[in-house]
Amino acid sequence: MPQNETIQDLGLDEYKYDFVSETEPVFRAEKGLSEEVVRQISAHKEEPEWMLEYRLKALDVYNSKPMPKWGGDLSSLEAVLDEIYFYVRPQEQMERSWDDVPDEIKNTFEKLGIPEAERKILAGVGAQYESEMVYHSLREEWAAQGVIFDSIEDGLKNHPELFREHFGTIIPMHDNKFAAMNAAVWSGGSFVYIPKGVSLDTPLQAYFRVNQERMGQFERTLIIIDEGAQAHYIEGCTAPVYTTESFHSGVIEIVVKKNARFRYTTIQNWSNNMYNLVTQRSMVHENATMEWLDGNLGSKLTMKYPSCYLIGEGAHGEIMSIAYAGDGQHQDTGGKVVHVAPHTTSSITSKSISKGTGRSTYRGLCKVHKGARHARSNVECDALLINDTSRTDTYPYIEIEENDASVGHEASVSKIGEEQLFYLASRGIAKDEAMAMIVRGFIEPIAKQLPLEYAVELNRLIEMEMEGSVG
Amino acid sequence: MSDASILKIEGLEAKVADEDLPILTGVDLEIGKGEIHAIMGPNGSGKSTLAKVLAGHPGYEVTSGSVLFQGSNLLELEADERSQAGIFLAFQYPVEIPGVSIANFLRTAVQAHQADGEELDIFEFSDILTERMELLEMDVTFAERHVNDGFSGGEKKRNEILQMAMLKPKLAVMDETDSGLDIDALKVVASGVNTLTEEDPEMSILLITHYQRLLDYIEPDRVHVMVDGRIVRSGGPEVAHQLEAEGYRGWSEANSIADGV
Repeated sequence: MPQNETIQDLGLDEYKYDFVSETEPVFRAEKGLSEEVVRQISAHKEEPEWMLEYRLKALDVYNSKPMPKWGGDLSSLEAVLDEIYFYVRPQEQMERSWDDVPDEIKNTFEKLGIPEAERKILAGVGAQYESEMVYHSLREEWAAQGVIFDSIEDGLKNHPELFREHFGTIIPMHDNKFAAMNAAVWSGGSFVYIPKGVSLDTPLQAYFRVNQERMGQFERTLIIIDEGAQAHYIEGCTAPVYTTESFHSGVIEIVVKKNARFRYTTIQNWSNNMYNLVTQRSMVHENATMEWLDGNLGSKLTMKYPSCYLIGEGAHGEIMSIAYAGDGQHQDTGGKVVHVAPHTTSSITSKSISKGTGRSTYRGLCKVHKGARHARSNVECDALLINDTSRTDTYPYIEIEENDASVGHEASVSKIGEEQLFYLASRGIAKDEAMAMIVRGFIEPIAKQLPLEYAVELNRLIEMEMEGSVG
Repeated sequence: MSDASILKIEGLEAKVADEDLPILTGVDLEIGKGEIHAIMGPNGSGKSTLAKVLAGHPGYEVTSGSVLFQGSNLLELEADERSQAGIFLAFQYPVEIPGVSIANFLRTAVQAHQADGEELDIFEFSDILTERMELLEMDVTFAERHVNDGFSGGEKKRNEILQMAMLKPKLAVMDETDSGLDIDALKVVASGVNTLTEEDPEMSILLITHYQRLLDYIEPDRVHVMVDGRIVRSGGPEVAHQLEAEGYRGWSEANSIADGV
């Protein structure tokens, strides 16, 4: 396609007029997923040819794979997918007015005490973030150490070899239908590289990346922790992410090389019309440690199982997750640990809370491959039910091919009991507060691992969720 | 002594909420300000039910009678409101709240006892907690432990006394606080209660116990014997000694209730 035609297709010539008239249509790809949409995305991002080919191939893979028959109810998803825009130019997202954000979301920000500027970012209506100056000095410090912390688009542009060496190797497009979809239409996300032996004290926070594409509907993140390096990456926030779209499918790929240590923390609270189908995987090399700390709130259906492939001797993987299923929501979450090398160790700790008609499912896999001698794994999943209508299920899959593996699994289901509530009431504590206290205590073993400001926000959010939960 | 009365129970009848079987069959009891009363009785006589009904347990339903606390109708208050009004129940079986530290729990409880809209000063709270723990000769690290989670019987009961010390009730109902304690633990708990009553002579105590031995360490002003859901005899401390010698058999109308002494 000649370049001038491409520009016309993209409507880029219209774009300059958007500054004078907000009601003029701005570019967005057509509804639904097609080859044309994929080509438009790639062209708009000015990608190299190999990436376009990669995207197109992924589209074929996506089309060839059936909808998953397991997990949550995806029966109405196809209709949703026909109606969504797979690519919206980020500038357009920024132009959404604060007035368009529903009161419910605004009130939540208010109650959480989130600063005004941050609220607008979270609601997708602001372009500037006031802590940019703080971020700027960190950025210089990191750059001096050779750390790369960029948008995924800039990662591809500025570090093409490093990018291509790892992109799609941890989660290949064939992995699952939604990984294929993401590979075809990905947009936004982070590219992180921590050089050998570099240890970062300050967590890398996704919202530091301002004036760039923030996490989109099809975010793609690639993180490479080189040998002996240490870092912590934080994505998301306990405030609800407000988008008008109802589908989110991210892919997060992480490589943790020999003797390195990495933690990926994500707390997400989606609006309750959202299908949230995310693939998160890490490759953990010799004597390296990978930790996932994953909090899922909101959404209509979340299917998300962070995983650790322990491919080097002595590798350690840890998955800690909290899922909160409110009325009408289904959290189908858990984790996967795959032991490939000898003397690898892993643990999964999962805590779920179901309220009202909410449903939480723990779905986990512990696999010990032939040759992974002396593997050790421990899985603990605890479910808390708030109401009689709440539901929880546990599907722990365990596949072991070595007879010296030590694998433990514990599961518990509890209900908030009348005696617990009476005990707290007899100390003057009102019911809503008592419920929130019990729930906070339930998730405490994981919440205490969070940075303080996130733990505080999470606790406040749970308090709000518990308001009016007792009849 | 109506002016100095803290609690006045008349003709109180109650049952388990979902069942028809009456448990309290007409309790009359009046406790004066600063008085220590003990209710003794065999298993199943309704002692613990009385304690729970006073604290507002939702599993019981009052079918008849009245309870005045400081002259006001106690029965129309919810359990948390009764606590805020000054009633404290020391549980026979304190409940575990995993993941919640005693300090956090107490801060929430003390906050709930503040006058409307008054914010508890966190530093002030911390000072008071330290002072109360010293008074009860408790190690301050105790406050960092999770409420009753994995506690020994003695630790649970001491935790109840600490809560009582923090909330400073006008009336503390102590439901079989002595049960499950060895003699050393019993002495520690009793000394905690005595410390608090010495500090606040106006605090009233209702001890519910099966055994005389607690009354060797906390001396009651009045002792009541409860059988089949009502009080069948009241008197001074000598009643407890009489029971110790004779057992409950003589007091049971049905004469069929096992003698627990």
